[in-house]
Amino acid sequence: MSNPTLINGFDTRRHVGVHAEQVSHVSSTDYPGHYPGEDNSWDLDAFKKRLNLKVQRLSNRSVAFDLVGVDASIANAFRRILIAEVPTVTVERVYVWDNTSVVVDEVLAQRIGLIPLNVDPSFMDMKESPSDQATDRNTLVFRLRVACTRNKNAPKGSTNPNELYINSDVLSSHLEWVPQGEQMTVMASNPPAPTNPNIVLAKLRPGQEIDMELHAIKGVGKDHAKFCPVATASYRLLPKIVLNPQKPVPPHLAEKFQKCFSPGVIRVDPRTKAITVDEEKARNESMSREVYRHPEFAGCVQLARVRDHFLFNIESEGFYPPERLLPEAIAVMRGKIANIRKVAEALLHDSDGPGDVEMTDT
Amino acid sequence: MNQPGSSNTYGGGGGGFMPQPRQEMEYICADCGAKNEIKSREPIRCRECGHRIMYKKRTKRMVQFEAR
Repeated sequence: MSNPTLINGFDTRRHVGVHAEQVSHVSSTDYPGHYPGEDNSWDLDAFKKRLNLKVQRLSNRSVAFDLVGVDASIANAFRRILIAEVPTVTVERVYVWDNTSVVVDEVLAQRIGLIPLNVDPSFMDMKESPSDQATDRNTLVFRLRVACTRNKNAPKGSTNPNELYINSDVLSSHLEWVPQGEQMTVMASNPPAPTNPNIVLAKLRPGQEIDMELHAIKGVGKDHAKFCPVATASYRLLPKIVLNPQKPVPPHLAEKFQKCFSPGVIRVDPRTKAITVDEEKARNESMSREVYRHPEFAGCVQLARVRDHFLFNIESEGFYPPERLLPEAIAVMRGKIANIRKVAEALLHDSDGPGDVEMTDT
Repeated sequence: MNQPGSSNTYGGGGGGFMPQPRQEMEYICADCGAKNEIKSREPIRCRECGHRIMYKKRTKRMVQFEAR
């Protein structure tokens, strides 16, 4: 594949080229042996200098931040750990005594499993195996007992089920925590409950009732999506628009050029019609490649993405405040690294020892 | 059901493996939904509406599910 001609300002080491029908320079090249006469081996001081993390936006449920100066493998590892390996607590076992609602037991049990609970997972132990004995350290007990009755004081002629009946909706707020053992003292400051009290689990009519006991355990997203602490965790690379100094955009086409990009990305000087890129707003560029469709702009501009600049967007769902998610992911990753280190050292030192060392999953 | 400390809650739902001796059976009318107690050799007829079809109530025995 021949590379398209590149313009001044496009740095093949730092940028991924975005062309009309292909991308170029995708892989990073900053490793030893790639450039003659350059070392490029990993160096802590050089890494520290390049590494940068800046929070762009933080709300109750989501955080957006820039992670600059790491390899794609590291950024992707954080994303995957956030989705699959940061632990949370949710309902796993459901014991049904009575359920005369129209929602069958299996479906209702599955729905209950998906309710996010506001329990700090650090207070609980992970069950080593599903058959492990349930204790007050690894299991939370909830009780769900709802019966629907007619409302005697309902206004005449009403057709609203909420007025006609009492408990016509089974809500997540009906879950009632039953403290076991030492849980009363440990979790008193933040009693376990669903994060959202208004999730409708089933609808009832007079005479129908639900009576179940729910056991919540700690788990990770790779086991089941209900344990996933995030709604989305994703990243994209920072868009970069490189203008060709050799071929400026003709002044009478400046507005048309501006419209080829997302709003605010391209600035046009009102007097000289000179074109500049707003580096702050370049992150909003949709990379539609519209500019490549117009022959009059051929060679004027090169679209690119900065290879080591990751724009993360994480939406928290469940217990963790969004700003705690990345530190939790880093803690999980450090646990993995410590594990590998232990195993590698065991390989080095006791070649005459017990032989294989088991890699335990953290 | 092998967790300690909550054995007291299991009795609440009623219904062990041994059936209780001679309990009045309650049935649900298929037409109006009213509860009816029917003893043996009694006509099967709803006290509220006179309908002749009855449903048996769901068992109170515990069933276990995984929330998956």
